[in-house]
Amino acid sequence: MTITEQDVRHLAKLASLALDDRQLAVATAELDHIVAYVQQLQAVDTTGVLPIANVAGAVSITRGDAPGMMLSQAEVLALAPAKGVDAILVPKVVER
Amino acid sequence: MHTVTATVAAVHAGAPVLPLVDAALQRCAGDTNNAVVRLLAERARAAAATVQARLTAGERPALAGVPVLVKDNLLVQGAPATAASRILEGFVAPYTATAVARLEAAGAVVVGHANMDEFAMGSSNERSVYGPVRNPRDPTRVPGGSSGGSAAAVAAGLVPVALGSDTGGSIRQPASLCGVVGYKPTYGAISRYGLIAYGSSLDQIGPLTTTVADAALVAHVMAGEDPADGTCARRAAIMPATLPGDPRAALRGARIGWVPAHVDGLQPAVRRTLDATKAALAEAGATLVEVALPREANAIPVYYVIATGEAASNLARFDGVRYGRRCADPADLHDLYARSRVEGFGPEVQRRIMLGTYVLSTGYYDAYYLQAQRVRRLLCDDFNAAFARCDAILGPVSPTTAWRLGEKTADPLQMYLADLFTLSANLAGLPGISVPCGSDEAGLPIGMQLQGAQWDDARLLSLAAGLEACVRSP
Repeated sequence: MTITEQDVRHLAKLASLALDDRQLAVATAELDHIVAYVQQLQAVDTTGVLPIANVAGAVSITRGDAPGMMLSQAEVLALAPAKGVDAILVPKVVER
Repeated sequence: MHTVTATVAAVHAGAPVLPLVDAALQRCAGDTNNAVVRLLAERARAAAATVQARLTAGERPALAGVPVLVKDNLLVQGAPATAASRILEGFVAPYTATAVARLEAAGAVVVGHANMDEFAMGSSNERSVYGPVRNPRDPTRVPGGSSGGSAAAVAAGLVPVALGSDTGGSIRQPASLCGVVGYKPTYGAISRYGLIAYGSSLDQIGPLTTTVADAALVAHVMAGEDPADGTCARRAAIMPATLPGDPRAALRGARIGWVPAHVDGLQPAVRRTLDATKAALAEAGATLVEVALPREANAIPVYYVIATGEAASNLARFDGVRYGRRCADPADLHDLYARSRVEGFGPEVQRRIMLGTYVLSTGYYDAYYLQAQRVRRLLCDDFNAAFARCDAILGPVSPTTAWRLGEKTADPLQMYLADLFTLSANLAGLPGISVPCGSDEAGLPIGMQLQGAQWDDARLLSLAAGLEACVRSP
């Protein structure tokens, strides 16, 4: 067993997914199965090979510091699930 | 008028736009394959009027009057876009994706959104909050995915073109399973601005059409530099608007690579189609060259590490705070995030987010994510070596024809294994196109893929048009 239920509890917390016990058990079996499969990558000899993330070769692309497309406050608030005047509402973060 | 080219010719010659658009809207409304998730009828009719006015003023826009469906992960201003997910319930796009805006500027009319696998994660279009899409050739079977709705819509004749996105084969594979053309350009050829991101180093938007010429024209209109997307190449469109007059001419003297290892494990009818396609190309004057892609055997785990890692990062923005669905009565901020996400994301999406989180986490990042990126570089090297000896690589798109709905949903890994022929092009950033080449004993379509060197899309499309001409009238 590569992946344990404890691992999945940790991943669910990192990924902000509130899994119940049944979902945790199912996820553990599935992820264990998949990770066991992708582990084969470790057998590939990559000595001296640099990782490649951007195959188009575009690195540190910049543009002039001029405003592009911007959304108005009204447009942003129109999308919000809960809003007050001039603000998106969320549960209190800091307790006095 | 089943092609983009014929539609444009008719409109330029005076065919009125509104009846064309209305006919498309009607066909989409009557869709029995669940390919269409949303019609934008009012918007489409207004657009039709605008295009008509432009024509009256003497303009001849390149895609005038062409009705188009766009995948549900492409933003259209003022319309919902949900990536076939519950988590984007209520979201209305505040802007239009660059690729779509360019089609509209060229006179095309967006009629609605096509069904897809949730967040583009899937190969069968069975994982959509709107329900599965059916293959128009056999409604008990899958259309492929994740652009299953787009492929099915074109195959069923609802529209002459639909936009899809391809991260690991999601345009090419459903094109093959539905019997239409599906083209994924070189990574960076078409702007991703306004495409809901899945794997940012892999995603590309592309057309599904009934002809290669249509695919080239539509891609040409969409392609070219876009300051809004830093990964979009600073070049003009790399594919031509029209292809050379005699398609078969491109094949004379062309070196077409093929990979002997690709033959293993193919459904017999797929094997026969590959052999017949090779023979047809040889007869048209092409030289067949054996090439090897040793690291292609690792492409599946490389893809599922990189794509899921990038997805875990990209999907972190769906947290119930600023848009989309929020859970009821969150106890605190973490509860808001965790419950909104578990309620909003389907099981496959949750699975990939967790796998991605794992491969990026402390202690595993080097062994999984960085190692995958190293193997990715080796795969790129394999392709570079192959393209020194051939102009394009021919091969199968899918090891089998369309399977039955529900047949592969029990084991996620089984579905992943079906992607082996298409993943490499995304990993290496290369262009690939699926062209219908045959069918099996049950009449289910079989596509063959041509992959080209990076930025060599113009030549790839010419060769694909040649291939298409050979198989249509041998």
